[in-house]
Amino acid sequence: MTLTDPLDGAGATSLASPGHLQRLTPSADPVLEIRNLSVDYGYDDDPVHVLRQVSLTLGRGEVLGLAGESGCGKSTLAYAATRLLPPPGLITGGEVLFTDRSGVKTDLLRLNETQLRASRWQDMAIVFQGAMNSLNPVYRIGRQIADGIRAHEPKTTQKEALERAAEMLDLVGIAPDRLRSYPHELSGGMRQRVMIAMALALDPQVLIMDEPTTALDVVMQRQIVEQIAELRDRLGFSVIFITHDVSLLIEIADRIAIMYAGEIVEDAAALDVYHRPRHPYSSALLHSFPPLRGPRRELIGIPGSPPDLSKLGGGCPFRDRCEFAFDACSKVNPELVYPNVPGDDPRRSVACLRHDPAAVRAVGEEPLPVPAELSQT
Amino acid sequence: MSSSSSSEAPNPSVPTDASAAASAPDAPDASTPTDGAVVLQAIGLQKHFKLRGVGSRDVVHAVDGVDFELRRGRVLALVGESGSGKSTIARLLAQLMPTTGGRLLLHGEDATAKGRRAFRRYVGRVQMIFQDPFGSLNPVKTVRYMLTRSIRIHRGRLRGIELEGALVELLERVQLKPAERYIDKYPHELSGGQRQRVAIARALAADPEVLLADEPISMLDVSIRLGILNLLQDLRDRLHIAILYITHDIASARYFADRTMVMYAGRIVESGDSESVTQDPKHPYTQLLVRSAPDPDDLEARARGARGEAPSLVKPPSGCRFNPRCPFATELCRTEVPPLLSVGEGREAACWGYSDRADKPLLSDITEALA
Repeated sequence: MTLTDPLDGAGATSLASPGHLQRLTPSADPVLEIRNLSVDYGYDDDPVHVLRQVSLTLGRGEVLGLAGESGCGKSTLAYAATRLLPPPGLITGGEVLFTDRSGVKTDLLRLNETQLRASRWQDMAIVFQGAMNSLNPVYRIGRQIADGIRAHEPKTTQKEALERAAEMLDLVGIAPDRLRSYPHELSGGMRQRVMIAMALALDPQVLIMDEPTTALDVVMQRQIVEQIAELRDRLGFSVIFITHDVSLLIEIADRIAIMYAGEIVEDAAALDVYHRPRHPYSSALLHSFPPLRGPRRELIGIPGSPPDLSKLGGGCPFRDRCEFAFDACSKVNPELVYPNVPGDDPRRSVACLRHDPAAVRAVGEEPLPVPAELSQT
Repeated sequence: MSSSSSSEAPNPSVPTDASAAASAPDAPDASTPTDGAVVLQAIGLQKHFKLRGVGSRDVVHAVDGVDFELRRGRVLALVGESGSGKSTIARLLAQLMPTTGGRLLLHGEDATAKGRRAFRRYVGRVQMIFQDPFGSLNPVKTVRYMLTRSIRIHRGRLRGIELEGALVELLERVQLKPAERYIDKYPHELSGGQRQRVAIARALAADPEVLLADEPISMLDVSIRLGILNLLQDLRDRLHIAILYITHDIASARYFADRTMVMYAGRIVESGDSESVTQDPKHPYTQLLVRSAPDPDDLEARARGARGEAPSLVKPPSGCRFNPRCPFATELCRTEVPPLLSVGEGREAACWGYSDRADKPLLSDITEALA
């Protein structure tokens, strides 16, 4: 949680001592805790490890951005945490703790089908990547929203459900008379808003949005993003916002987790990631976007391409593309630690051996200092 | 590229210039035309699609009255939201569909290809790369097959060492080195960026003067997008190809293009050098576009409160097509179509606010106007 968060009542989180970070409770009031989640694709003897021991905490009322390139596992993380992972995806370990409003924790991975059906949408709702195409084309949108409401609250009459649906549409800025429209009568941006209205219909505490604006134009993207921020302030849900567009995330997210090859490599407040990246990949990713303002400069992007997850050996998965890699990087896969930069926010963490001299010494190598590019203050 | 290939290149109308120049890209001599010479020109380009349905007279006004020039060794960016007609323009220029109005000139001569042979000649000079490198390469053919086909079609039947040399040169030109590692691969064995490079190599096999790049990076991973843009930039500088770069990302247009043209609902609303268009946009729509793009350095100046969306192109708004969303619109904007007016050196904007009419709208800061 950042200090700007309006809902952060217990905002003064105690400052942990530097060094290896206690990553279990970075937020005083977590609503979703993902712990050591691992996902494999494939049932045979040689599955691909798509997520490897990923831990992530979402605070109440927080907007958490999840950034990374395609194939880095960011969507898989969201689907695994909601148990929507299609075969051949298989959750092989970890837990996903959801804390409801009264403070009761449940492990979503241990719910049975009935409990899961009840929990979905009520506790946690997802807006999918192709949200515009996830509406059923042959039903009016009012009915689709009402159906969802009645499935969770069977006592509601169709009339009440439709009234609720109209309210929800109003909330996302669509005229309620659009209830009688079919999806094809709406533009892409409106369909996306209908999906958001639908996701919010049961007042969930966590909203997961998987690339919700990728198919939209910048002007529409801005409208949707503004709307989400405004609704978050009004309704107080938490958001996991998944995208590859880091500059967009910096604007809307309180905190950003950057993923690479199935692992989180950096987790920090949004503006810290932008002004003070600690991981070489985060830094390079930020320099992969040509700026709209400021001096025009030659940009190079990141050399090479993301690794094949089925051929990952030991060591840091980013080392082949990293300009700061050294011998130890091929021997040990770095874990998330507190950055080796004095004065950093104690809640941030980074998985890079430059920041972890202890791990380097453990494999008998000489640690190298943190390069200047990764230690800006 | 060998000189023998250029002599075989079908080029009946203009025997001396650009195709010969392109064959010796690294050593431009006195006879080569200078960069900036007009290669392909569109005048009053128009495309109306008929709507389906019995007796339906309605048409989709996809592109209306678009003029521009593609110049040798220059990049022109065409920026617009989806549905603004920018991809239609690329397809019209590639002659993948007929125009419904306007003219297309290649080196000043009518370029409309009638018949297959003329079309072949035309595509030898104007090549296109598509958005989706996963869809534009045949999944059951190797890189070698695809490039060989393109070379044979456009340069005649090369064989043996000559062919091999041409293949290696093409792959190296798009920085797929060493070529042996890629030449016998199938598309599924390549990453997205490598596929897009193969697609570019295939286009280069024809030794084109014009490259139409329709969103060449939007399907690629963010970390490799710049690599493709830098490659295209390099082709522009070394081979002096004229490039039309179609994108929805105005920041990449600023990075890559010499000039930028902004399209809205089938019409050009602003054009000028990329730096001026992005730093000091004149047309209210361009202002909205620039202010809507995420920019972490400038969180305050983002346009808030923008409403509405692109209009229906079946019955486009009368007058300026942006008028329903424009905070400055007046009666004039709703009735008369604004022409492209000069708004600075080499810059034009289609907005009545820059005219000297008495009833013109008064423009101010779009961010404040919307707030």
